[in-house]
Amino acid sequence: MTIDINKIRKDFPILEELIHGKPLVYFDNAATTQKPRQVVDKLVEYYYKYNSNIHRGVHYLSNKSTDGNENARVIVQNFINAKHSHEVIFTSGATESVNLVANSFGDRFISEGDEVIVSELEHHSNIVPWQLICERKKATLKVLPFNDHGELMIEKLDDLITDRTKIIAVNHISNSLGTINPIRKIIEIAHAKNVRVLIDAAQSVQHKKIDVQDLNVDFLVFSGHKIYGPTGIGVLYGKEELLNEMPPWKGGGEMISEVTFEKTTYNELPYKFEAGTPNYIDAIGLGAAIEYVESIGIENIDAYEQELLTYATEKLLSIDGLRIYGTAKEKTSVISFLVEGIHFYDMGMLLDQMGIAVRTGTHCTEPVMQHFGIDGTVRASFSFYNTKEEIDSLYNGILKVCKMFAVK
Amino acid sequence: MTINEIQEDIIEEFAGFEDWMDKYAYLIELGTDLSGLDEKYQTESNLIKGCQSKVWFNASLENGVVKLEADSDAIIVKGIAALLIRVFNNQTPEDIMNADLKFIDEIGLKQHLSPTRSNGLVSMVKQIKMYGIAFNHVSK
Ligand SMILES: Cc1ncc(COP(=O)(O)O)c(C=O)c1O
Repeated sequence: MTIDINKIRKDFPILEELIHGKPLVYFDNAATTQKPRQVVDKLVEYYYKYNSNIHRGVHYLSNKSTDGNENARVIVQNFINAKHSHEVIFTSGATESVNLVANSFGDRFISEGDEVIVSELEHHSNIVPWQLICERKKATLKVLPFNDHGELMIEKLDDLITDRTKIIAVNHISNSLGTINPIRKIIEIAHAKNVRVLIDAAQSVQHKKIDVQDLNVDFLVFSGHKIYGPTGIGVLYGKEELLNEMPPWKGGGEMISEVTFEKTTYNELPYKFEAGTPNYIDAIGLGAAIEYVESIGIENIDAYEQELLTYATEKLLSIDGLRIYGTAKEKTSVISFLVEGIHFYDMGMLLDQMGIAVRTGTHCTEPVMQHFGIDGTVRASFSFYNTKEEIDSLYNGILKVCKMFAVK
Repeated sequence: MTINEIQEDIIEEFAGFEDWMDKYAYLIELGTDLSGLDEKYQTESNLIKGCQSKVWFNASLENGVVKLEADSDAIIVKGIAALLIRVFNNQTPEDIMNADLKFIDEIGLKQHLSPTRSNGLVSMVKQIKMYGIAFNHVSK
């Protein structure tokens, strides 16, 4: 393995923290990732040396900030291999990106009687914005189901699509089960019927190489904070011709070309969709995060995380009464589980006392929980800065909790 | 015993625990022992839905004192509910209304009762207080 774990861990100061007096074991990476020095240093550098509102000034600092912001856009462009940098819109996160598309694309292309398809495996942020637009437009939301392994039943997709279907919105990787969905196939099926596709890549850009041109995807969204970047910054990628046809969603400064009270004309891409002072410092931080990820190599990251997943899956399955939810053939380093007779809240609380951070509950995917007839799970999600020793700690922690419950 | 006397008792009990394991083992024991809520009271209207755990809670006024029952699907939450019941059960509405709930903080369980932790316990405390106010009104 080409991952130098000791060196990497030194890049993440938080990993040295003690929690309740014990070394932190951070297994909540699907919720948000920790930030390397390279990212935080970049934020500090820009705030201390170059901060100034972008696009607006003639002065030195304003140019410096503007360059930083636009350079970050090019870093994102190259990272996902977009054709043009103006196809990269900065948003506050994956959620805002989906809302932007649902509202703007929806406004232009969805009318009464039309249909939108999402999957049963979606995060709420890729369900609710579509419900809202469907309600407003009197359109119908349809759902592509998954099987008991947590794999989308894409053999049903063809039948689900009708001539009223306008867009399919699915995630690349499920945040609660870890399933890697066959997005290339989904895009092919959809495009064969002239249906647009939005891919929620919030859980995939940090694990998998994405090439939007090769995928031929229409829209792709992700959040900076899940790929080792700052919070409050995210990306919407959209094909130029589509974005050009879509109306602005938010109005304000920066997004206009000319304003009179009679008529306002809009700026060109990407600014048409970036109203107001953008979050340029965090965009620059996101650029630094992507450069950091690329310096390690996304393939190396993926290979190492797969190794952690295999190791952890075997280890956890050896625990009596432990069931893993999400057993798809293609998975990323996410393990959702329950131990018979132990509520996820109790498990999470007790693991926390041992310094182990896991997520508990529905993970913003209530339909997934409903599918399995459960109220929630415990979710451990691994990153390339985690180790097998930490997985051993989780394993021993779970055993300890089981013991506490056995003597009750 | 008054509400404050009971709280003092609990604080003293918890001071005896060596580490977190003992403390939580005790909460698990309390949770397991709490008889919970009769099925017929496990209704939607008695349910306090947190996104982490559920709490069912029922209060009534009998002979001038408040009777409390609670249940939860999470044992630790149920254990803490048992402590709350121990403090507030059989107290008068007026005493409940005026009570200063301090033991949770002092025994280091504050995190379970933070408003951002959606386990149903915060709402349970709020409801106990509200029943105190409402029953106080009725009994006057
Ligand atoms: C699959 C998926 N989509 C969307 C989101 C929403 O991301 P954010 O809250 O950063 O906007 C998340 C975050 O949990 C996610 O896991």
